[in-house]
Amino acid sequence: MTGDTIDGADRAPVLAILGIGRVGSTLARRAISVGYRVLVAGSGSPEQIGLLVEVMTPGAEPRWAADAVDEADVVVLAAPFSRLHSLPLANLDGKIVVDVMNHWQPVDGDATGIELLDSTSETVAAAVPGAKVVKSLNHIGYHEIEEDARPAGSTERRAVAVASDHPEAASVVLQLVERLGFDAVDAGPLANGIQLEPGMPLFGARLDRDSILSVFAAEQDAA
Amino acid sequence: MELGIYSFGNGLRDAHGEYEPSARATRNLVEAIKLADEVGLDFFGIGEHHTEEMPASAAATILAAAASITSSIRLGSAVTVLGTEDPVRVYQQFATLDAVSNGRAEITAGRGSSSESFPLFGYSLADYDTLYAEKLELLMALNSSPTVTWRGTVRAALDRAVIVPQPEGGPLRIWLGTGGNPASTVRAARLGLPISYGIIGGQAARFAPLAKLYHRSADEAGVPADRQLISVGTPGFIATSDSDAHETFWTAWNNTMKYLAGQRGFTAPPRQHFDEESHAGGALFVGEPEEIASRMITFQRQMGHMRHFLQTDVGQLPHRDFLRSIELLGTQVKPLVDAELGTKNPRVAS
Repeated sequence: MTGDTIDGADRAPVLAILGIGRVGSTLARRAISVGYRVLVAGSGSPEQIGLLVEVMTPGAEPRWAADAVDEADVVVLAAPFSRLHSLPLANLDGKIVVDVMNHWQPVDGDATGIELLDSTSETVAAAVPGAKVVKSLNHIGYHEIEEDARPAGSTERRAVAVASDHPEAASVVLQLVERLGFDAVDAGPLANGIQLEPGMPLFGARLDRDSILSVFAAEQDAA
Repeated sequence: MELGIYSFGNGLRDAHGEYEPSARATRNLVEAIKLADEVGLDFFGIGEHHTEEMPASAAATILAAAASITSSIRLGSAVTVLGTEDPVRVYQQFATLDAVSNGRAEITAGRGSSSESFPLFGYSLADYDTLYAEKLELLMALNSSPTVTWRGTVRAALDRAVIVPQPEGGPLRIWLGTGGNPASTVRAARLGLPISYGIIGGQAARFAPLAKLYHRSADEAGVPADRQLISVGTPGFIATSDSDAHETFWTAWNNTMKYLAGQRGFTAPPRQHFDEESHAGGALFVGEPEEIASRMITFQRQMGHMRHFLQTDVGQLPHRDFLRSIELLGTQVKPLVDAELGTKNPRVAS
């Protein structure tokens, strides 16, 4: 696959996945299965998660969160949204940061202690102004990341949207999504990430590329 | 392997789409538990919810009513939303249930997938983790001694508090209920608690690695193998013909998905999605008895659980269909499962 490189280097990006709950562990397993090097971190030490990683995500390398970030090209935020400020945000400067989190009011409630901007990814971007934030993969059910993945060209391949204000970061994440087994759809600027949030038509829906594009086209017409 | 049922209560609607009295849904549950006992099922669980759609808010009360008209079925919560309960009160209620049922009470403590109990009982979701961790610790302390001394941040301290009634047959079986977060599996294993998985969609066997993680973590913590118990709750519906089962349960499941989709902001999945998950390999155990028995046996061999219980009365599934499914589970599925796996609990998978 072309373009799946960092800074012109002839290698796939190293992923750090922060959060090894249902989403993080599933993503890690899937990424490893398609050939990525994956570093994972929970809220504590690598030793604390050693057995969990060995059983649930064999091949992933446990790290302290800050160390995982420092070693990685792409950092995936897969912690509960309410724990945003417990992540090593200062280390994210200059990194490509994929926000796969959701603020799910009926489940999480309002009391996250986080001042919310229009969309959660803009909230994340404001918390890490030096990072290149990309919103993606939050609108697909976590186990579907494995169950619905299909090879490129498959007629039943599902699409996943990618929104970012940083075109080079978006391009890396578009490649990542493709390689994970989904049609990656460029959804434009990060503010468009609001279309991927709970309560919006893309959230939890199995859509193909054209259906996702038509949602954004309709949004543009309405604007 | 044990077989059973669990329910959140099923708010039925009349011809105009209005909810029927929730008192009726409550009585329906008592009737269902009685039938489950009569047809030889091993377990009935009530999961705490607080909505007109799912009105089973007071599990211990429903189970106590059922205890007096049943003889051998085990009765438990599935789950008790522990973070918004007083563990002392939970323990007293289930110890009382244990007394009136002659030793058939169980508790499944969980976080719950809904947050409605937080405002109802005056708790903040911001305290979710602390509430759950401390209250689980207290519940376990209550289960290990008739007088309890405890200090924490989420309720008043206890100083040699006497807890009555005490279960006669030793500690209650307290499960930790989880929807699949690996950390919850590790927590249960380290605490030496049996674990109960709620698998409500996708492929059922995706939980098999968690079972492995549970045993590995429990071994590491020195928990004896005979105390490493796994149970599994999934959606399920049985009818005499496969197509009837799928048509009837699709309507109910779709109603529930539309309801939850409205609550939680996702898009209700289409029929194709249901069809994938309600056939071999999927988490929805929907079909005729032989098919369900065969799928349950296959799944047991992947996961090593000692109990599989089905959530059937969802989305205004007609009560008579619920009762019929319970009857078929007990009279037709259970003998087939027993013939293959034995009536004793299968050996814990290693």
